[in-house]
Amino acid sequence: MTANTAYPRRWKRPPQLVTTRRWRLTLPLLVVAYLVLALGSLEIDAGRVVEGLSRGARFIQGFLQPDFVSRWQDIRQGLIESLTMTLTATVVGVLISVPIGIGAARNLSPRPVYLVCRSIVAVSRSLQEIIIAIFLVAMFGFGPFAGFLTLAFASIGFVAKLLADDIEEASASQIEAIRATGASGLQLIHYAIQPQVMPRLIGLSLYRLDINFRESAVIGIVGAGGIGATLNTAIDRYEYDSAGAILLLVIAIVMLSEYGSSYLRKTLQ
Amino acid sequence: MLTLNQLTKAYSVGDPALRDVTFRVPRGQVVGLIGPSGAGKSTLIRCINRLVEPSSGAIYLDETDLTCLGSRELRRARRRIGMIFQEYALVERLTVMENVLSGRLGYVPFWRSFTRRFPGHDIENAYRLLDRVGLLAHADKRADALSGGQRQRVGIARALAQEPELLLVDEPTASLDPKTSRQIMRLITEICAERQLPAIVNIHDVPLAQQFVDRLVGLRAGQMVFDDTPDRLDEAMLTEIYGAEDWTAMDQEDDEPESSSDTQISLRLPGAAT
Repeated sequence: MTANTAYPRRWKRPPQLVTTRRWRLTLPLLVVAYLVLALGSLEIDAGRVVEGLSRGARFIQGFLQPDFVSRWQDIRQGLIESLTMTLTATVVGVLISVPIGIGAARNLSPRPVYLVCRSIVAVSRSLQEIIIAIFLVAMFGFGPFAGFLTLAFASIGFVAKLLADDIEEASASQIEAIRATGASGLQLIHYAIQPQVMPRLIGLSLYRLDINFRESAVIGIVGAGGIGATLNTAIDRYEYDSAGAILLLVIAIVMLSEYGSSYLRKTLQ
Repeated sequence: MLTLNQLTKAYSVGDPALRDVTFRVPRGQVVGLIGPSGAGKSTLIRCINRLVEPSSGAIYLDETDLTCLGSRELRRARRRIGMIFQEYALVERLTVMENVLSGRLGYVPFWRSFTRRFPGHDIENAYRLLDRVGLLAHADKRADALSGGQRQRVGIARALAQEPELLLVDEPTASLDPKTSRQIMRLITEICAERQLPAIVNIHDVPLAQQFVDRLVGLRAGQMVFDDTPDRLDEAMLTEIYGAEDWTAMDQEDDEPESSSDTQISLRLPGAAT
């Protein structure tokens, strides 16, 4: 303040995370030691890498000459199964997600409902599609029905969670304004919430449609029907040319639906 | 008529937001509620329609005690109380007409509001109100396509669509320019006079309040410290409400809108003559 106070001419940013000097030195050492030990336990084997690369070359050879014709009947049926599974699972999943998403929004639901709905979401999200598919195939047998159930169940966790988060971010003043008119609970959801979250819900559903098609190719491998089952059979029979054709078709359909859904989402905003 | 009797709101931590607030608003009177931020102005008007639950005391709208209603009766009471919000609080993706009709939600069953089939007299009345606030031509626009002043007039029309017996107005001019602020305040006071509506207007702009309201209530830290006509608010009283400050500069600002007569004419709203 006064003219003759001496202020320091050096300044260093104080440590933000670890404040004791000893730990600042030992922590990185511990991390490096763990990394070295972990790499040692992986049994990295150069011979297996070489062998694997030559097998990979055969895959690529097959994929470079895709054969759409000789297994066309199987491929066609697999694709139809996959698309049916995807569409039905998405519609059913989204329909079930809407009430669960509303229930899982803290700003609308009473505490017990909130907790129940959030637990449903948590269970659905913590189980990977393949694990669900393995269970459901064991329960209901091979085929697209198990796949449909798997995808619908997985969609619930995804759509309900993101919908609930979006409802929680909805403008509180608009909710308050509709509540102040004497609206009932259903009217409140329809007039104050739905207009705010509808574009997002449509976007999420289209995005989930994409994901479900991609997942349908994966869960087929564990027996849940669809194009994944066809792909698995082709690889088991060493028919890499047919497998290549299937992969190309999957990529084409995913790209098409990706392009279509992003176009739709843009026009809906 | 609205009667507040020893209204108190205490939160679990900190000082109570409202302490023993008692006053009465007769028909047709517009009361301006002033006070520094955090004095409890917003809490007070939200306690009246119970968007905030009061801790103790009573609130009478005519004969009904609003503090002890069950949820169904509360909804019936809320539709008698129109509320106008800071930053408008319109549902932005709905049309102007839907926003006005949302004032009828407490009166119609869910299927009517869901299919947008409101009764004919509700729709007729909504058009009349839009004409009254000068927005008849904008009925089918989306609410977020309007300017600030226009949006606040939709907010007023929505509150009036409830055919309220009381208006609660929360900082109606907070994000509007000085000219639009005066237009909105004039519209609110004119409508209250036409319909003999009691109103509580929560407002931080003291000169604007003095210009338009019939009576001022001053809150400081949740307690009423002033209740009188606006011309009785002097520097000593302002210091009592807001704390020490040089208040003399404010008077010039106060005179400004009256200074030229042609401003007065341009401030008249379309439809105000009807």
